[in-house]
This record gives sequence, structure tokens and C-alpha cells, in this order.
Amino acid sequence: MDNTVEIRWHGRGGQGAKTAALLLADVAFKTGKYVQGFPEYGPERMGAPITAYNRISDAPVTIHSNIYDPDYVAVVDDSLLESIDVTHGLKRNGAVIINTEKKKEHIMPLLHGFEGAVYVLDAKAVSMKALGKNYPNSPMLAAVAAVSGVMPKKDFLREMQASFAHKFAKKPEVIDGNMRALELAFAEVEKENGCK
Amino acid sequence: MAVRERLSGNEAVAYAIKQIEPDVMPAFPITPSTEIPQYVATYIANGEIDTEFIPVESEHSAMSATLGACAAGARALTATSSCGMALMWEELYVAASDRLPIVMALVNRALSGPININADHSDSMGARDSGWIQIYAESNQEVYDNFLQAFPIAEHKDVMLPVMICQDGFITSHGVENILLVETDSVKQFVGERNPEHYLLNAKEPMAVGPYAVSNYYMETKRGQREAMKNARKVILEVAERFEKMTGRKYGFFEEYCLEDAEYAIVIIGSAAGTCKAAVNKIRKETGKKVGLLKIRVFRPFPEEELAAALSHVKTIAVLDRSEMFSATGGPLGAEVQAALYQAKADADVVNYFYGLGGRDITVEDFEQVYSKLERIAKEHKVTDKYDYIGLRK
Repeated sequence: MDNTVEIRWHGRGGQGAKTAALLLADVAFKTGKYVQGFPEYGPERMGAPITAYNRISDAPVTIHSNIYDPDYVAVVDDSLLESIDVTHGLKRNGAVIINTEKKKEHIMPLLHGFEGAVYVLDAKAVSMKALGKNYPNSPMLAAVAAVSGVMPKKDFLREMQASFAHKFAKKPEVIDGNMRALELAFAEVEKENGCK
Repeated sequence: MAVRERLSGNEAVAYAIKQIEPDVMPAFPITPSTEIPQYVATYIANGEIDTEFIPVESEHSAMSATLGACAAGARALTATSSCGMALMWEELYVAASDRLPIVMALVNRALSGPININADHSDSMGARDSGWIQIYAESNQEVYDNFLQAFPIAEHKDVMLPVMICQDGFITSHGVENILLVETDSVKQFVGERNPEHYLLNAKEPMAVGPYAVSNYYMETKRGQREAMKNARKVILEVAERFEKMTGRKYGFFEEYCLEDAEYAIVIIGSAAGTCKAAVNKIRKETGKKVGLLKIRVFRPFPEEELAAALSHVKTIAVLDRSEMFSATGGPLGAEVQAALYQAKADADVVNYFYGLGGRDITVEDFEQVYSKLERIAKEHKVTDKYDYIGLRK
């Protein structure tokens, strides 16, 4: 377990938190890691809070439970902060990454006194700038990769490029925009928050 | 050469089906197994395989059509979960008594009620007396590997029984993990073609399948099924040996994990075994205490003697059940393990706990507590709370 990075994603049904977790597993897998990406389903309806998880490790992972003491937490929808203690169990030397239009100081009071690192990213703004559409997943994915350092930036971008090339084989015009969203988000998180 | 991939359990089973390319797959969707027919239907629509997909109107029809196809001489399979399998109930028994080598991908999900879509074993455990071979998996790798072994077991002339390949709903079915895939040519060679001895479409040998059996015949039919189930023991091990030669991955009736020198053991089925392994590693590393695990892979036929022998030296045992049987005592695995130990005149103290019903999570810490209880029972020579719950809200 020592070298396993555990990540918990919070989102709402239909927003793609599960997809983001699976994409992260995908890209980590391609850089040679052992991965898990799995959702936890509650009521099956759009808008209901959902949780998804990642374990990323250099060794095989056999644990099949949910994650209660994550190293990192990603919040895809800041409206969840009012109803869910997203930092519950989060390691003190870990970090939470929140997609929000708000400034960090407005978010802090909603984090139940969490003492670890807090990163905010306006994934919508990044996505609008890069793609002209609101797809917050790609920027959030980049932010999680940047903050967690589970893989080097250039490996992450290389594998995402390959992933997009495959996924958008019939719409190659959106590949550049998606890549730009990743790079912008990476830069944003590094600039605003000072990454490791 | 193995192919390194990352797939969910449902993707892995669908891919195994693609590689096997059965003749017929009737199916009706139900969470959490829906993706399996969905992916297979996509393979067919893309022209990647030549399987005949029958989109039936219910699970009752799904198993009926699978029976028909299999009796006709085709290689046939289906996939389902929970209430879907419950709707196949009559046909499950028909498949076994007609000695039809059908394979079913069962993605374990709690049976109602209250209605619940998450993992437990109440669906397959309820069908444990239906005459199907049942093989369970801890991980996506195992469910894939088990699926590749299913037809060679089912279609063996000394067996001729349907096989249920079980995996835990959502936990493995929707969880993506690393997996090593076997190349398709090797799969095809391993699984081979179905060459039925008797089949309905053989014009040279007119026959009836599933006629009425008066009392003079019924009991002998049941004895035939029992003999086939006994034969399955040998065949399951032979197929596993052949599989090991192909992949290097070893399978038996069960897996023994740190069990050889164990004083305290847990017996369990399914995905939670992986979590238990992490607890075993942690306890052994931190305290040196001799804890171990026996993970059942084959529940039908039940490996009574082998299991009792593997546990013969253990002081205390916790059997963990992921389904109720409302005997007001323990669960189905608990009952069978204890019967096996009794037959072997073992003197271990045994407790039987329920866990994970309706998808209730079980953690490494939960397993650590079970091992602590086993240690206490061994020291005090006193079993309290023989039947209990793990993770129950009080």
C-alpha cells in the first residue's frame, strides 16, 4: 500500500466524475502503472451526488473496498461542498482540487477546517477558452495529474494526445482544443497554487 | 504473448465472449450485467464476430432460447444478474437436468427486497441447488480466466452441465483494473469447437430433450446429475492445468493465501478476498501473527475434502457469507464449510459472519478486526457470537 496513490472524485450524476476517474486510470495505465478506477453508485439519476475512485500503484492492488483516507480529492461540482464533507478522511499532507468559479478564500470556509493543500480551478472557464464549450472533465483531469504528480507532465500529455486521437478519430478538429484545455489547466494550477 | 490491458470485469467477460465466438447469445439487459450483451451486440454489429444475438423479451425467454440453441447443438451462452436470474429459475433446473453445457455470465447483485443494485451473492447462492457448476472470481483477471475455462468444463463428456461464471456486481464488473489477455488464437485453440454427442438437429438420430419423467425415471436422472457434478471435480482441475500451461496462472477449487502456517483463517468468496489479502499482509508484516485466507473459487461442486484438509491445522476459522439463507443460523458458505470440517473431524472453532449484503463495503480494517476476534477465541477457547455481522449499523 505504501506506494499506492488513492484519489476520490466527487461529482453529480451525468457530470462525468466517473469518466474522469476512468480516464485517469487509463492514462496512468499507459505510463506503466497498476490502476483501479471504479464508481460508487447511489440512486441512479442525473444530478445525484456520485463518488468515483482511483488507486494508482507501481505494484498490483488487490483491495476492493472504497477509499476512506484518500491522498487526493477532486470535486467536479462546487455545489456539493454545502452538503458533503469532501475532505472527510483526506490525509493532512494530501490535497483537495475543486472546480469552481469562486476564489479560494470563499471556498475555504466550506472545507470543515481541512488543514492540507487546497487547489481551485475554474474548469469551465478553461474549457470555454480552449474548446468554446463547457467540458470540465479534461481540465480537472489535468489538475489532478498536476497536483498528485502520479505521472510526469510530458507523459500525461503524450498519453492524453494518443487517447484523444483514438476517442475523436472521427472528429479530429476537437483534439487540439482538448489538448489546449489540458495544458491551460496544468499551467493554471501550477501558477495559482504553486505545484510540487 | 499475453496482452497487457486495463478493462472492467464486464469488458473482460465480453472480450472473452468475443474471443470464444459462441454460436448463439440470447440476453435481456439487467444492471449490473447489461454491458456484457451490449458490448457483444456491438462486436456483432461491427462484423467482428459471427455470433447470433437474440434480443429476447425477458430473462425467462433468454434462458429458454439458450436451452433451445444448446440442445440443437450450438454453443450458447447468456448473461444476467439478480432478479433477471430469478426469472430464469425454472430454466436453470431444466438446463442442468437436460445436461446442457450452457455458460452464463452472472454478475452478482442482491435480490430484492428492498430493491438494490449492488453486489452480494443472494442471486447465485439461491441457485446453488439448481445443478449448475458455480465458479467465482476475486478480480477482473480471474473472471476472464474463469470464463475461458467454462466451456471446456461444461462440454466435457463426463460433465455435460451448465456453468455459472460469477463476479461481484460493480466492484469488479464496473471497476477497471490491469488485466493480461490471452491472444485470440490461443483462446480458440484452448476452447476448441463444440462437438456434441447428441443434438436435436442431428437428422440421423431423432431425439426428445426434456420430456416428462415419471417417478420411475426422475430419481435416476438426479443421480446422473450428481455423478456429473462429481466428475466435474476432476475435469475442473484438468482444465485449470491446461490453462496454467497456456498462461502460467494457476487455479484450483480454492486459493490458499498464507494458509500453510496459519493459526487463524478466513474463508470467503469473491472480490472481498483481495481486500482480505491486504489485511493478511499488513498483520503479518506488523505483528508476525499467523493469519491466512482460503478463497473459494469453485462452490459447485463443493470441494469438501480438499477444503477440510487445507484448514486442518488452523485453530480458529471465520467463514464470511455475502448472502443470507434465513435458517436463523449462518449463511450457505458457513453451513457447507462447517459440514466439511465436521466430516473431517476437525477441532477448529468456527464463527460465521455476514458481510457486504446489498453492496455494504468491507475494508482492510474490518478484516483486521475479524482476525483479532479469531485470536481472542483461540486464546479463550470460547466462541461467543458464533453468528454475527460485519459492518452492521447498530
